Amino acid sequence: MRHYILKRLLLMIPTLFGVAVLIFLLLRVLPGDIVELKYAGTGSYAPKEALARERAQLGLDQPLWKQFITWIVGISLLDFGTSMWTGQPITHEIAIRLELSIELAVMATFVAILISIPLGALAAVKQDTWIDYFVRIFSIAGLAIPSFWLAIVIILTFVIYFRWLPPLTFTSLWVDPKANLTQLIWPALAVGYRYSAVATRMTRSAVLEVLREDYIRTARAKGLRENAVLIRHALKNALLPVITVIGLEFAFLVGGLVVTEQVFNLNGIGKLFVEAISQRDYTMVQSLVLLTSFIFIFVNFLVDLVNAYLDPRIRFQ
Amino acid sequence: MSRTSVKTSTLPAASRLDRWLEACLRFTRQRPLGAIGAAIIGIMIAAALLAGFVSPYDPLVTNYGRMLQAPSSLHWFGTDSFGRDVFTRIIYGSRTALWIGFASSLLGATLGALIGVTSAYFSGKIDLMLQRFMDLLLSFPLIILALVVVSLLGSGITNVIFAITVPMVPRCALVVRSSALALREMPFVEAARALGFGPLRIIVRHMLPNVMAPYLIMLTAFLGQAILLEASLTFLGLGVAEPTAAWGLMLRGAAVEFAERAPWMALFPGLAISLAVFAFNIFGDSLRDALDPKLRLP
Repeated sequence: MRHYILKRLLLMIPTLFGVAVLIFLLLRVLPGDIVELKYAGTGSYAPKEALARERAQLGLDQPLWKQFITWIVGISLLDFGTSMWTGQPITHEIAIRLELSIELAVMATFVAILISIPLGALAAVKQDTWIDYFVRIFSIAGLAIPSFWLAIVIILTFVIYFRWLPPLTFTSLWVDPKANLTQLIWPALAVGYRYSAVATRMTRSAVLEVLREDYIRTARAKGLRENAVLIRHALKNALLPVITVIGLEFAFLVGGLVVTEQVFNLNGIGKLFVEAISQRDYTMVQSLVLLTSFIFIFVNFLVDLVNAYLDPRIRFQ
Repeated sequence: MSRTSVKTSTLPAASRLDRWLEACLRFTRQRPLGAIGAAIIGIMIAAALLAGFVSPYDPLVTNYGRMLQAPSSLHWFGTDSFGRDVFTRIIYGSRTALWIGFASSLLGATLGALIGVTSAYFSGKIDLMLQRFMDLLLSFPLIILALVVVSLLGSGITNVIFAITVPMVPRCALVVRSSALALREMPFVEAARALGFGPLRIIVRHMLPNVMAPYLIMLTAFLGQAILLEASLTFLGLGVAEPTAAWGLMLRGAAVEFAERAPWMALFPGLAISLAVFAFNIFGDSLRDALDPKLRLP
């Protein structure tokens, strides 16, 4: 097992290196750079020397390979460089926003699990009844409704019926847990509902499959109560594919965060990313892409680990 | 003599049409949900094509005398902060959504299928290299990759199509490759190789037609996602720009600003996106069940 974990962790390094090379090259191959954009924004005339000075300051006059090595060496020391737009260290810019985004991601995942597993299991048990149809339509709708629109509708409802607007500043969980949770539960719902859709369908089909197994018949035959059969025998064995799906759908979560933070005006990583892209802040974009790819790959690795832990057949392979 | 030759030439054509109709009827009977999806898609395509006839107003002309009017018999879905008819803009928005959706899905699925089949046909080093590259693209979350492409190319309809295409290619390549791997060992491919056909001919004429099922499945699965992705990009201000009518654009800015006074501005475009994606999803699901129930999508 320890050998397996080590191998998987080491395999992540070439992938991440590939991601770094790809994103670095992509961002520099195409025309248009931040220095010109900055001057265009102020509307003032920019002499050539000023542009050159600015480029030298940002390190853009260095050859590509030198820029790349500086960046990679920095990252291995957890220093992402400085933002080309604000001039602040990127590690700092990310650090002040990471707490919010991670908390939102965790809450959305909880929302998704709380929706998908009970509903999916219920639909499977009541297969082909109106409950089943309702759950299926609910989950298909979850895939179709854009999370940013759901977020807008939530805000609309609050504004119209309760005269409540989402607060403009973020309260940390450690400062005031209640204010923090009331602030984040709505974006978490908007993201989590969409996130739950695929998992609900997966739970339903996995439970349906397990319910046909021999050991379920045995469990019923020995007189176990239906609840015990369902929870201890069926659900436990159906959970494996559900966990896999929740891990794979992490991409949805990222997408949901990017747009929902925008709607709720939350200053998180997603908002930072959109801002960095519209400002052509290369160093910021490449660092954030690398960070999300790392988290994405790491989550997939964790899912495999959890699967191996839960399923002895995988563990002893 | 001439009578029989006429008969043999018209018969296959007629029976092909009959078979096609019969298949459609069977699909409708067995998968009513999929048929409903197809019907909604049909209506949307018709509305997009006939936007000029169907919609009561001009989508671009502003009218400050009729700003933020509530839904009425004159303006079914109300008017926006520029006095433009929301219903008209939704109809014209379906043009943008469908064009971007179809173009990017077709492009993404076709490129993916080509790469998948090529990769499976050559195997060995080429396969390994292509697969590593696809894995690399897959290690970006969908929206992140699309956002990066937009940031490189800038916004605008063509660039958005390209931005949505890029993350779809590796997903289709993955699925098509696994189907094509089995094809490679089939006797007819071996026969084609024995006849001395080159790789290009074998890939295009012999292998590609036989991965039609996964190709179509991926294509329809992408359509809903593409429309959703376009709406998200546009909503973030990195997609289609004003004054083009696009659903994501209608939800941006003013819709939230005037939420209290004019909730219809935010309500109807979102419903349009949801309905479109819903229709494509249930149609795609049914098509997958009908063509290849065992295929698993990434």
